[in-house]
Amino acid sequence: MNGGQDLGGMHGFGPVEPEPNEPVFHAEWEKRAFALTLAMARPGGWNIDMGRFARENRPAGEYLAMSYYQVWFAALESMMKERDLVAEDEIAAGHSLHTPKKVERVLSPADVLKVLHRGGPTERETNTKPAFKPGDRVRAKTINPPTHTRLPRYVRGRIGEIERVIGCHVFPDTNSLGAGENPQWLYTVRFDGRELWGPQGDPTATVSVDAWEPYLVPA
Amino acid sequence: MAHDHHHDHDHEHGSELSDMQLRTRALETILIEKGYIDPAAIDELIETYEKKIGPRNGAQVVAKSWVDPQFRKWLFEDGTAAIGSLGFGGRSGNHLVALENTPSVHNMVVCTLCSCYPWAVLGLPPLWYKSAPYRSRTVADPRGVLADFGIALPKDTEIRVWDSTAELRYLVVPMRPAGTEGWSEEKLAELVTRDSMIGTGVAKSPKELT
Repeated sequence: MNGGQDLGGMHGFGPVEPEPNEPVFHAEWEKRAFALTLAMARPGGWNIDMGRFARENRPAGEYLAMSYYQVWFAALESMMKERDLVAEDEIAAGHSLHTPKKVERVLSPADVLKVLHRGGPTERETNTKPAFKPGDRVRAKTINPPTHTRLPRYVRGRIGEIERVIGCHVFPDTNSLGAGENPQWLYTVRFDGRELWGPQGDPTATVSVDAWEPYLVPA
Repeated sequence: MAHDHHHDHDHEHGSELSDMQLRTRALETILIEKGYIDPAAIDELIETYEKKIGPRNGAQVVAKSWVDPQFRKWLFEDGTAAIGSLGFGGRSGNHLVALENTPSVHNMVVCTLCSCYPWAVLGLPPLWYKSAPYRSRTVADPRGVLADFGIALPKDTEIRVWDSTAELRYLVVPMRPAGTEGWSEEKLAELVTRDSMIGTGVAKSPKELT
């Protein structure tokens, strides 16, 4: 979606402000919002792409006005409500008022390290062949789906070069909708600064994005 | 995304923060009552990312690459396997790619669409990495962003920006500072800053080590 999350190339946000000796979290509630989100993914039954879509899927102004973990927390609440795991009246009351839904695999403290160590590999086996090889020139398609995509606006319609064939990976555009992993060939595509930004581009800079085959056409 | 968030400590803006405190506590209570979560696992997750998984992991990888040419070769050929051999991988690190900074090429990493970051080797990202200024400008004006970090590269240095749009996670391997010949891996690792592994900094020089 062309939402507040797709920030590449926007002006007006001011300088980057590094914070010396920054703590991992800035408030106790941030820790809870973070850990609850991680712990609920499996019992909640959502995947990482659904999680990302839930975070970005709000009015752009609202997204930009919220802090990072406020966005995480809002997405967690909305994913739980959508799946009837928690109801609005329960959130208002601060207590469980209805029979819990049956969930699979509640995360135990003993399993935390094991689950983190396993992570979530997204490469899948395939018997298809990649359409592109390193050195091929490709154009990122002009697409504007209102749903989740990982093709940033600033590369759409631009020509780049295939730098690397990464492998066949879960396709976020369908996985985020519960429409299947639909694995697709994934490539690193490199764009010149001038191709992306015109005369304002830095001629000594290139930008590489990882792009799935359905995002690309030969150029 | 509001980038002034790091000013919102508990003692300031109290009402907004206590609102989030109340809301997260309420939700956690509900999830415990419903049996969806084990509160001890929540504490374990927090402690893991506060104390166990952080940029010291990545610093170990970089220091090893400075002293062990075979490891260095492996690291750039197959980052996931080489880094995995040191025990790092898994969540936000299942597919790792190491990027080599040289006198002529400088790499820097961003996620314009969200906050993708190699947790397995660097821990959770700093606030600036997730902020709108960094996410908007790095792809269009990398030298301007480097200037915000006090870094000025030679005019002819090639800059390579990597926008983490998939599940590959990028680790920048900074150049080894001069004057460190014969140093142990452990001592070298102390020179490797988090920012040098994102590409918004360089490794410390020996005299910066206090």
